[in-house]
Amino acid sequence: MKIHEYQAKEILRKYNVITPKGVACFSVNEAVQAAQQLGGDVWAVKAQIYAGGRGKGGGVKVAKSLDEVRQRASEILNMRLITHQTSPEGQIVHRLFIEQGIQIEKEFYVGMVVDRGRQRVCLMASSEGGMEIEKVAAETPEKIHKVFIDPIAGLSQQQAEEVAQKIGIPKQSLSGAVTLLQGLYQAFDETDASLLEINPLAVTVEQQVMALDAKMNFDENALFRHPEIVALRDLDEEDPVEIEASKHELSYIPLDGNIGCLVNGAGLAMATMDIIKLYGGNPANFLDVGGGATAEKVTEAFKLMLRNSKLKGILVNIFGGIMKCDVIAQGIVAAARDVQLTVPLVVRLEGTNVDLGKKILADSGLKIISADNMADAAQKAVNAAG
Amino acid sequence: MSILINHNSRVMTQGITGKTGQFHTRMCRDYANGKACFVAGVNPRKPGENFEGIPVYATVKEAKQQTGANVSVIYVPPPFAAAAIDEAVEAELDLVICITEGIPVRDMIRTRYKMQGKKTRLIGPNCPGIITPDEIKIGIMPGYIHKKGRIGVVSRSGTLTYEAVAQLMSLGLGQSTCIGIGGDPVNGLKHLDVMQLFNDDDETDAVMMVGEIGGTDEEDCARWIKDHMHKPVVGFIAGVTAPPGKRMGHAGAIISGGKGTAQEKLEVMESCGVRVTRNPAEMGKLLKSVL
Repeated sequence: MKIHEYQAKEILRKYNVITPKGVACFSVNEAVQAAQQLGGDVWAVKAQIYAGGRGKGGGVKVAKSLDEVRQRASEILNMRLITHQTSPEGQIVHRLFIEQGIQIEKEFYVGMVVDRGRQRVCLMASSEGGMEIEKVAAETPEKIHKVFIDPIAGLSQQQAEEVAQKIGIPKQSLSGAVTLLQGLYQAFDETDASLLEINPLAVTVEQQVMALDAKMNFDENALFRHPEIVALRDLDEEDPVEIEASKHELSYIPLDGNIGCLVNGAGLAMATMDIIKLYGGNPANFLDVGGGATAEKVTEAFKLMLRNSKLKGILVNIFGGIMKCDVIAQGIVAAARDVQLTVPLVVRLEGTNVDLGKKILADSGLKIISADNMADAAQKAVNAAG
Repeated sequence: MSILINHNSRVMTQGITGKTGQFHTRMCRDYANGKACFVAGVNPRKPGENFEGIPVYATVKEAKQQTGANVSVIYVPPPFAAAAIDEAVEAELDLVICITEGIPVRDMIRTRYKMQGKKTRLIGPNCPGIITPDEIKIGIMPGYIHKKGRIGVVSRSGTLTYEAVAQLMSLGLGQSTCIGIGGDPVNGLKHLDVMQLFNDDDETDAVMMVGEIGGTDEEDCARWIKDHMHKPVVGFIAGVTAPPGKRMGHAGAIISGGKGTAQEKLEVMESCGVRVTRNPAEMGKLLKSVL
């Protein structure tokens, strides 16, 4: 789960991380009031969307007067912000963050992720602040310093100091950097974060170490113990189809193609997308109905796929294990009757009670193209979708 | 010999009194030597009870002492599952298979940390389990699709593993052992660990490895194969069409920071002498071609 920059900063401040003073706003008037309240003569007007690359996309502007705050805020609020991380249509800006201007001496990068190989949280730091870290990693990997954090002892003072020195934090700012880095790790750990990025981290002209931006993602599996983070969820930022899918405990991701896939199991679902592509078609979605699919769930899955106006065909690929093919077949028949199927439907069933499942489909009177194996199914789906 | 489990394994179920634990314990007990193999259950609140004749103990340690069980399978709900693994590790079992899906990564990091230097091996979490066909099945896979034979199967997925097994079966190829190592980012045995075991197993002639996007497990395994494996290995990686940054169902199946693409994995595997197919319908055929 993702949250906005201003929300991440609010969490981080509780862990002794210094950030510029700022106020989240939902209207242009609020933005001007916020600037007044913050005082000073320079402000940053920042679009709040989940995607990164906001600055390059025109979603972050500096304002040097209240009039300019008003102007910038009205430009950014409700704009369709397109960045390398949004969809090509972009994301509409519904929230702004007004921050006091900061005089920066030097910028750095700090990030934390779970390293799968080491099975620990990895702190990554670099002198190359403000850059895309993927680019730094690809072009100048020697400029990224990594620390693998002991889950019991946490990030030690010595480790934090060493990495701060390596990226070139000035001596007089070292203790501030240590406090910040240790705070970041504590926040990461206690909130069950899956990603934390401060880009840039700044040393100000007053030698203060400060998080100028903040990005936090959280482990979905741990949200049950963080109602305070679930409460931050902003549905405007999420794809309505994915929200609908999650209500029915379906794992659904829309893609660019025109052949819908309904599959049980994530691995088989990906393989089904792959084989459609291999046979010259294009998958419209990833959809894993999971191990305990009921007839109702299958119906909801069909409804989700049929929302896509580009849809030219549907491929159902089920390997029944614990989930029985006859149950799935009943679900398909019920769904096809319920949702007015307008595109060709190819079904491949295998596994537990497969004969019974095939009989239910054959007896239903529905126009179902049945397939004997994955290759046959993919070929038929691609042909049917034209 | 098969790997990790055989008809001599003695298994306890942690979470035996829940609906899932009951259902699958019954299915496993009814498979091959299951009746002799599944000897105990654990539930701290229900010691002294039994599940269809299988005695329930308060702790893993007690279940081990009373029945000689050396393997555990876990169906405990996600908030408590990591602690269940810890308990089995403390009791020095040989093998723990954690089926539970949805354990927080933070819990697994701590559990894996505590497992350092301990003898217990972990399969999973978020996995279908392990089966040595016609001997013993520990997990949620359908037993009847398998048959005893000489092909090893290791995979990160559930149903895609069944698909691979079905393809082998349609060509008359049985399996020595099939292992689903699970789809989580922080887990126990990796492809590499399982490959080493298959390499040393005199009842395994060839191995099928089924991977998916995310992480570098398949690449690590392929590099080891290049220098050490003396049996043919074939592979498939799911997710060539998966877009970066999107989690494909499994917590670990995500291309992030440009790492973990299927293309990259396939290239490394090929360069290390693993025969790969990009067609998931041809996994079985490919394996047969290398025998």
